[in-house]
Amino acid sequence: MSVTYNDFVIRFANVNGSGSASANGMFAKALFRMGIPVGTRNIFPSNIQGLPTWFEVRVSEKGYLGRRDGVDIMVAMNAETFDEDVASIRPGGYLFYDNSKPLAKNLRRSDVHEIGVPLATLMLGEFSDPKQRGLFKNITYLGALAGLLNIEFDVITGMVSTQYKGKDDLIAPNIRALEVGRSYAVDYLQAPLPLQVRRTDKVGDRIMVDGNTAAGLGAVYGGATVCAWYPITPSTSLAEGFERYANQLRRDKETGEARFAIVQAEDELSAIGIVIGAGWNGARSFTATSGPGVSLMSEFLGLAYFAEIPAVLFDIQRAGPSTGMPTRTQQSDLISCAYASHGDTKQVLLFPSTPKECFDFAADALDLADRLQTPVIVVSDLELGMNDNMSAPFVWDDARAYDRGKVLSAEDLDGMSRFGRYLDVDGDGIGYRTLPGTHPDKGAFFTRGTSRDEYAAYTESPEAYERNMQRLLKKWDTAKTLVPAAEIVDAGHDCGLIYLGTTATPMQEALDLLEAEGIGVDTCRVRAFPFTQAVEDFVAKHDVVFVVEQNRDGQLRMLISNELETTPAKLVPMCYYAGLSISAEFIRQGVSDYFKTNKLPRLAEVSS
Amino acid sequence: MTFVAKPRVHHPKLPLNELGLTRRDYEGSVSTLCAGCGHDSVSAAIVQACANLSLPPHRFAKVSGIGCSSKTPSYFLSKSHGFNSVHGRMPSVATGANLANRQLYTIGVSGDGDSASIGLGQFAHLVRRRINMLYIVDNNGTYGLTKGQFSATNDKGSTNKRGVPNLYEPIDLVSMALQLGASFVARSFSGDKNQLVPLIQAGLQHKGMAFIDVISPCVAFNNHNGSTKSYDYVRGHAHPVVGVDYVAEAEEITADYAPGTTENVRMPDGSNLRLRKLDDSYDPHDRVGALNYVQTHQAQGEVVTGLLYVENDPMDCHDILRTVEAPLNTLREAELCPGSGPLDRINASYR
Repeated sequence: MSVTYNDFVIRFANVNGSGSASANGMFAKALFRMGIPVGTRNIFPSNIQGLPTWFEVRVSEKGYLGRRDGVDIMVAMNAETFDEDVASIRPGGYLFYDNSKPLAKNLRRSDVHEIGVPLATLMLGEFSDPKQRGLFKNITYLGALAGLLNIEFDVITGMVSTQYKGKDDLIAPNIRALEVGRSYAVDYLQAPLPLQVRRTDKVGDRIMVDGNTAAGLGAVYGGATVCAWYPITPSTSLAEGFERYANQLRRDKETGEARFAIVQAEDELSAIGIVIGAGWNGARSFTATSGPGVSLMSEFLGLAYFAEIPAVLFDIQRAGPSTGMPTRTQQSDLISCAYASHGDTKQVLLFPSTPKECFDFAADALDLADRLQTPVIVVSDLELGMNDNMSAPFVWDDARAYDRGKVLSAEDLDGMSRFGRYLDVDGDGIGYRTLPGTHPDKGAFFTRGTSRDEYAAYTESPEAYERNMQRLLKKWDTAKTLVPAAEIVDAGHDCGLIYLGTTATPMQEALDLLEAEGIGVDTCRVRAFPFTQAVEDFVAKHDVVFVVEQNRDGQLRMLISNELETTPAKLVPMCYYAGLSISAEFIRQGVSDYFKTNKLPRLAEVSS
Repeated sequence: MTFVAKPRVHHPKLPLNELGLTRRDYEGSVSTLCAGCGHDSVSAAIVQACANLSLPPHRFAKVSGIGCSSKTPSYFLSKSHGFNSVHGRMPSVATGANLANRQLYTIGVSGDGDSASIGLGQFAHLVRRRINMLYIVDNNGTYGLTKGQFSATNDKGSTNKRGVPNLYEPIDLVSMALQLGASFVARSFSGDKNQLVPLIQAGLQHKGMAFIDVISPCVAFNNHNGSTKSYDYVRGHAHPVVGVDYVAEAEEITADYAPGTTENVRMPDGSNLRLRKLDDSYDPHDRVGALNYVQTHQAQGEVVTGLLYVENDPMDCHDILRTVEAPLNTLREAELCPGSGPLDRINASYR
């Protein structure tokens, strides 16, 4: 019997609110601790209790962690979705279910292996409290899976001990439940299965964390002192992450006083207003929201662009428009963020693709907002924000100083004859600003969304207005030199492929699949808007550029053709937008089909 | 409005305050509002109040929304920064500004369109948050800049300039502020400098959100016979309840508080607010009573003015959040950045 190691997709089908999340999380963490790369995805409803929820783990020794269609092992714990769960199993895969009651004939498939464990019956003998029986059932199937898949048992029991530290009376029954499941698998089933895990060293020093927590921590490190937010899925955990770490790391050790202020605002308008008020007054501040929040904040974002006030916003994208699918992922706010607000506006965007980048870009965004005196939007998504993603560890350079931008002190003002808030002194389009209360006689000015001259005096002069708008464009050009560079892999192919954010997760797998078909493309992972010169060069030098993104209308493609004046004909759209994360197979198929249809040469043909 | 620039020189005999400054040092640029606009009287009262208190003229954060009222922060305290923000959203901007630097005096000026219509939600939540600021509404019952539409504070049945009556119930911001837990609530009239200036002084010294609803007639659109926000109407129907005097130095606090006598309220800086009781049935420390009083008199067509409610020893938002004394905008890397040290532990917690 041949055994496959460390390469499968397992899906847990549960009822929302049944306490399964902790057992499922432990499953993924156990594999991770055995050195095996895992990608986790929560596919959950907009609901607190009762609706179906799925947790999927992609296990891949090669490190392919993008979503993959087809389930190898289905842990079917939800009667309501049982038939569709059974249907989603790949031929030859495994159905793990509770056989305390027999499986109905119509739910059986001849091409999958059934693994019945009488979970409910086993619990009857172990726990007298019905609530405990329900909860420990989850731990018991985890124990059975450990036996079936050959998960190192002490890794799991060690996790239980850590997780319930301080609640010691919970440790023994949890470990008992694990043992009950494992013993059943070993004693009554053919365990382990031909599909197994085994310890490896492919994780290295990486961590497993969700992007929102990483961004919240990054905002602590980046020096944010004011956080104003309004609850909205999938961004809420970002503000909560900031709060958790600020409470740990930013309270005075003696007095307990906070070196930060967090306000849960009454709505998104207020949240961004607070951020802009704080930014105007010189405090680093941020908010976190999702697409509907960006729409609400748009008026304020225009003010901050025109009045030149630093502000940082995290947009954790979900499927729109309107309420759309609030618990599903997309990259569909690119246009609404890039040109947020009325009038001629352009906003600086950063696109992280890993938790490490969420952490880094949070701090970078706070620097950039101060340097450029403008809003900076970190555009993430549900896939990255809410799921535990494997990532390089967080690193902070202690030599790093915050870039507070061009802010004049009282001494600076003393040495000046006349202060002009909107004068382009340095030729980079960025004026010098002053903070309220700095100097008794100099530097005060009136901030407004209406037109003003270089000295901040109100004017409706056509010339002054145009000069100001042109200077803002010059500042935009300066931004191109300061934002994170694109990640470009250029092997001299004729075709290029552009993508951003979490489309990176399945990208290596897609490229490997394409290479196996003799298809090679150069790649460019855009990490910021405005596009840097390198992105412009990448687009220019390739005959065909695939633009791979997770929205219906090709919003990244629109930005490229609009900002780089690229002919849209050479930009091939590849849009996945069904609300799950994009898969390697989707990318492979799109590129492969294009090569077939257009009879483009394969690598072998080129080299021969 | 006038096109004559203000001369920089001032009368040599203008009185100097404790900082050696005159009232002129607290002024702003020339108003572009209509001649006779009540809002200009409010700006003048702010100037006078700040000069009387000898506050440093550059230590204010002036914020406003959009509308005639919201233009006025450029007409006072020109040595301080001002921010004319978004319609109805001054409260959120003021919140952020105050969180960033608790040591500045935050003054927000808004209008009835700004605070009672588009920004009603922000007004309500700012009251709840107890932001330490002076919040003035220049209340003229009309949308001036868009040429005279009714605002939500207009009394039902009052007419516009063309004689068309308002059909809808009015929103009373004073009653709302009382109900939402404001710790300082006052109403005044732009034409009553003697009442308004001490109220503004008291509001500036109050810790927490001090709200003053100032009836401020619009000479262009709402100063005619059918309006209940006109100069004549307010003068004829004003009903003062509690007057205030501001006493800079701490004096012995008098315990008795009979009609016609006074009560001192201790301010956080040690100064005293002296309440002059004009109506013997009124208790300015009784929130429910104040609400009842205001509404009862409103039903009788009277505009109750004065300091309607004040809370002793209130908390502000910084107290609630337990933030450090130093302004957040002055904190630097050493105080903000945990450094690489804790990252090992944090990374380990995710393995």
